[in-house]
Amino acid sequence: MTLVAALSIQPFLYLSAALFCAGLIAVLSRRNAVAILIGIELMLNAANINLVAFDRFRVQVGDAPVIDGQLFALLVLAIAAAEAAVALALILNVFDTRDRIDVDELDLLKG
Amino acid sequence: MTVANIPDLTEVMPELIFHALAALAIVSALAAALAPRIVHAAFALMAAFFAVAGLYALLGADFVAFSQVIVYVGGILVLLVFGVLLTARTEASLGLERPVRRLFAVVAGSVLFMLLAFAIHGTTFAAAGAPTEPLATTEAIGRAFLDPEGMLVPFELASVMLLAALVGAAYLARRRRSS
Repeated sequence: MTLVAALSIQPFLYLSAALFCAGLIAVLSRRNAVAILIGIELMLNAANINLVAFDRFRVQVGDAPVIDGQLFALLVLAIAAAEAAVALALILNVFDTRDRIDVDELDLLKG
Repeated sequence: MTVANIPDLTEVMPELIFHALAALAIVSALAAALAPRIVHAAFALMAAFFAVAGLYALLGADFVAFSQVIVYVGGILVLLVFGVLLTARTEASLGLERPVRRLFAVVAGSVLFMLLAFAIHGTTFAAAGAPTEPLATTEAIGRAFLDPEGMLVPFELASVMLLAALVGAAYLARRRRSS
């Protein structure tokens, strides 16, 4: 009897879908750019849960440890860190020049 | 390469642990999406990150769980809180004044969740077998990331990309005197 033998992969997928939808709600409803970033982080976490869960429930081939999904999850982690740093730098820059970060009012490029 | 078995502390009631972590994750994620104050949303996001890290540990991905805590809670969340503190000056920055838009967002999220749940429910994952034995993954991850036939190139690309992104962020965030 191993760690998650009592569980199947479906509960993890439902949970990941729920987290993704919470992130989608945040992205669609918020006007503050930082809050939108919070929603994006939630969506990235949902994707990572899927990667690790599929990695864990994969049929093992041979003796090699199955870690491909975890490697992808770690790369996603690095990209999320880079994305958060760049996004916050942009937000600070916009706040510096326009004194607000309400995304509805940032329509300088609107035709 | 020998991979040692890690002691399995969750043989009793893995389902209970899963449900507790899942409930914490979903409640705090919804709080992060809907909290009227951005700082509260950031702290709810911290709870969600910890719950997801617990789920990684439950899945046997110990290294990913610790990376999740270090990178997300220790790095990204601190950045987010700094962003909130440096920009939240006006009421307009709170962000949820329009109930119509919030309603639309909740409806869209619920519809998407139902579609996803329908798809998950209707799919049989034929290749998903019994879960593999829990292993100590740190050594395997290190070897895979430094294996020239494996993930070495993506790993190095990710590190270069991270460096470029951080240099670019530092350049963008510097304070301008003009205007």
